[in-house]
Amino acid sequence: MHTITLQEGADLDGFRRAVRRLTAARTAPEEVLWSVGAPSLFGDDALASDADAPVFLPQAVGPLIETVVCHGDPERYALLHRLVWRVLNGERALLDQHADPLVHRLERLDKAVRRDIHKMHAFLRFRALPPTAPGPEGGERYVAWFEPDHHIVEAVAPFFVERFESMVWTILTPKGSLHWDRRRLMTGPPAERPDALAHDRVADDRFAEGWLRYYESTFNPARVNPTAMRAEMPRKYWANMPETAAIPAMVRSAPARVQAMLEAEAAIPRRRMPEKAVAAMARQAPESLADLNRLIQRSEPLVPGATQAVLGEGPEGAAIAIVGEQPGDQEDRDGRPFVGPAGQLLTAALEEAGIDRESLYLTNAVKHFKFVQRGKRRIHQSPTAGEVKHYRWWLMTELGFVRPRLVVALGATAALALSGRPVSVLRERGPMAFDGWNGFVTVHPSYLLRLPGDEDRRRAQAEFVADLRRAAALA
Amino acid sequence: MDDALIEKLGILADAAKYDASCASSGAKPRRGGTEGLGSTTGAGICHAYTPDGRCVSLLKILLTNHCLFDCVYCINRRSSNVRRARFTVAEVVDLTLGFYKRNCIEGLFLSSGIIRSPDHTMEQMMLVARTLRRDHGFAGYIHLKTIPEASPWLIEQAGLWADRLSINLELPTDHSLKAFAPEKNGGTIKAVMGQVNERIVEAKEERRRFSPAGQSTQLIVGADDATDRLVLETSGTLYQRYGLRRVYYSAFSPIPEASSVLPVKPPPLQRENRLYQADWLLRYYGFTVEEIASGGEGGMLDLGIDPKLAWALKNRERFPVDVNRADREMLLRVPGLGARAVDKILSARRHTRLRMEDLGRLSSGLRRARPFLIAADYHPVGGLTDRLDLRQRLVTPSRQLSLF
Ligand code: SF4
Repeated sequence: MHTITLQEGADLDGFRRAVRRLTAARTAPEEVLWSVGAPSLFGDDALASDADAPVFLPQAVGPLIETVVCHGDPERYALLHRLVWRVLNGERALLDQHADPLVHRLERLDKAVRRDIHKMHAFLRFRALPPTAPGPEGGERYVAWFEPDHHIVEAVAPFFVERFESMVWTILTPKGSLHWDRRRLMTGPPAERPDALAHDRVADDRFAEGWLRYYESTFNPARVNPTAMRAEMPRKYWANMPETAAIPAMVRSAPARVQAMLEAEAAIPRRRMPEKAVAAMARQAPESLADLNRLIQRSEPLVPGATQAVLGEGPEGAAIAIVGEQPGDQEDRDGRPFVGPAGQLLTAALEEAGIDRESLYLTNAVKHFKFVQRGKRRIHQSPTAGEVKHYRWWLMTELGFVRPRLVVALGATAALALSGRPVSVLRERGPMAFDGWNGFVTVHPSYLLRLPGDEDRRRAQAEFVADLRRAAALA
Repeated sequence: MDDALIEKLGILADAAKYDASCASSGAKPRRGGTEGLGSTTGAGICHAYTPDGRCVSLLKILLTNHCLFDCVYCINRRSSNVRRARFTVAEVVDLTLGFYKRNCIEGLFLSSGIIRSPDHTMEQMMLVARTLRRDHGFAGYIHLKTIPEASPWLIEQAGLWADRLSINLELPTDHSLKAFAPEKNGGTIKAVMGQVNERIVEAKEERRRFSPAGQSTQLIVGADDATDRLVLETSGTLYQRYGLRRVYYSAFSPIPEASSVLPVKPPPLQRENRLYQADWLLRYYGFTVEEIASGGEGGMLDLGIDPKLAWALKNRERFPVDVNRADREMLLRVPGLGARAVDKILSARRHTRLRMEDLGRLSSGLRRARPFLIAADYHPVGGLTDRLDLRQRLVTPSRQLSLF
């Protein structure tokens, strides 16, 4: 018989070392006595071995061991050793056999520990302590007292560190303590409940006090059901949660509150005329283009990047509205549409077609420059279909104020925004009915800039000018 | 946090509690790090339970309970005489951060009565979410209840900051809506659901963040005369057409300051419970509305037994089911066996022929499942499923069930 003594609590390291040696020595579970007490020792020298080689176990076994060692059950190590022994002796899929008594028992231990961890994540309450000194270290400090059933103090640490990484906090429990100073996690010895955390001192922290009011107010007395509450929040946790002090009174007064509601005469409706509400709904839409533009400027970009919104430009009532894709690098800096290289090309083409740029309304389907930064350069990114649709309401409302006779879409993005469907520009260029508007589809001038051959580019440019002429004639 | 703010909190939490939804699940993992605050893990946590058995997960409050509208089932309607209050954007932000830091909540569920105009109200709500995220690096959960009458651009903005958007349909038919919520319009509400659904789907495809935990809605039951079948049909459509994550059912609850148009008696709470169970069958167990409704009478679910058992009792010829042979679909239809137990059965039976003793370890609902099962060592005697008193034998003295 071998006796193995592990440390108090969840001694995962000790257990792992022991299992490696027991496995190397092919010691059967029946020959081992597990006990707990400091320090972690292998009472039996026969087991002392250099063979600390890792034991290879199926995937699901490791996590199960990690959880079960946290359980308070004194038999946990013996049970786990039996599991390892059987898995290594021909039953590799043992954990799939949920009906096996050993597996069933381990699953229950596992579940109990998980539940305890979950409840500690849920029910632990921090209380703010007054700051001791200025600076982050002396700023607000938070402290909590909690009594878990099992040895889970270290198991819960990652959750609290992740969630409250920017705070300084301490968690005290009878099974050990944790302290986080915004950089490092320190573990400490078991603690006692500090007086400052007594339920009757809750008013020391106004937010903790406010929470009591919230808890009472969010309760619906017409549905009182303490059994359901206790199933999820057993009494043993109540000592850790100041709000639970209010429960008896809440339950006691509930029937009377409901009775009062039922007995109260149904209120005779006061004013019920809907005019005010209807008028409010009518009034809310932006009343002018300037109103709309203010809205757009105030709003968050719906694409990444962008220093400012680039608004449309040109007279309301213009016969033709030209809609591009989105502002580019230059437009984003200047806050005006079509001032970059593509804009200059557009201006030149308009001139060639005999159209006065000043008479047009110029705008973009997407109001913000979407880009990625590469070194010093800001590289244009096409907006996705979804992003284009985020902007659609703005564009349509804008056109509603301008009321052009014809809307010209430059390129696929504008055509998508205006028609609501993907459009192949080269195949469908020419007149097209948009949502409520007479439309016309042609290429975006940046397409011309990207054509490689001079010959190709000259021909495409001539076609673009011809398109503009046709559009002008239509308008 | 001074007394006046605590007082307001009392009023505006009280006014918000009739919204059944509290889930904080489905968010993409996110963390605030050393500069921000908080994390979302995907599963959501209930930080407390109130004596009505409901989970407290989010700070569920209204921005204000002033309202221009006059929905009769609502305590905040224009014509009610309740005490009114109004938070500023900054106050809601402070409350959220303060409670979050004390580990009381997973985040915020913000709703509001309509003041000035739907747009004004929605914009204030959106600003709360934006301030939390942008100015405080808040990484907790944010659920905004959108106001369907607000302009579409506000929805586009709200989805940037929120984890979940919801739009309450409240009543299953246009007819009831017209009668009980005169300023609301079913068409408008569904149009917004459509808009939100489209954006969510696109954003997912394009790997952008837009209301990543989806959208949900709430239906009030028992205020109008809609049958359970009608309610479930509505839900079925909402799930299919608008990709909703959840439909919440809220048994119409007596409210202080009730309107005289409403039914005097609230519906039994059990009705809400049965609807949740039916909803579950609809989404995860492969049942159709037709099948579920067939378990009850006249379009109403059987209040005495759960809808799965009700269906089984009316389809006894399909039972008993052999746990060692039946396919997953049929196992899921056995009363008492949940999806988890079914999966365990499927995996365990690959290794051994399951006996009753084994099943006892795999499922906690075996007592109820017994008459419907065949195991290696068990066959229900004398065609137990034919016995007329089976229903009686299976109905436990009704125990209050816990709600979500
Ligand atoms: S709009 Fe909302 S808050 Fe206003 S009365 Fe209707 S349900 Fe109540």
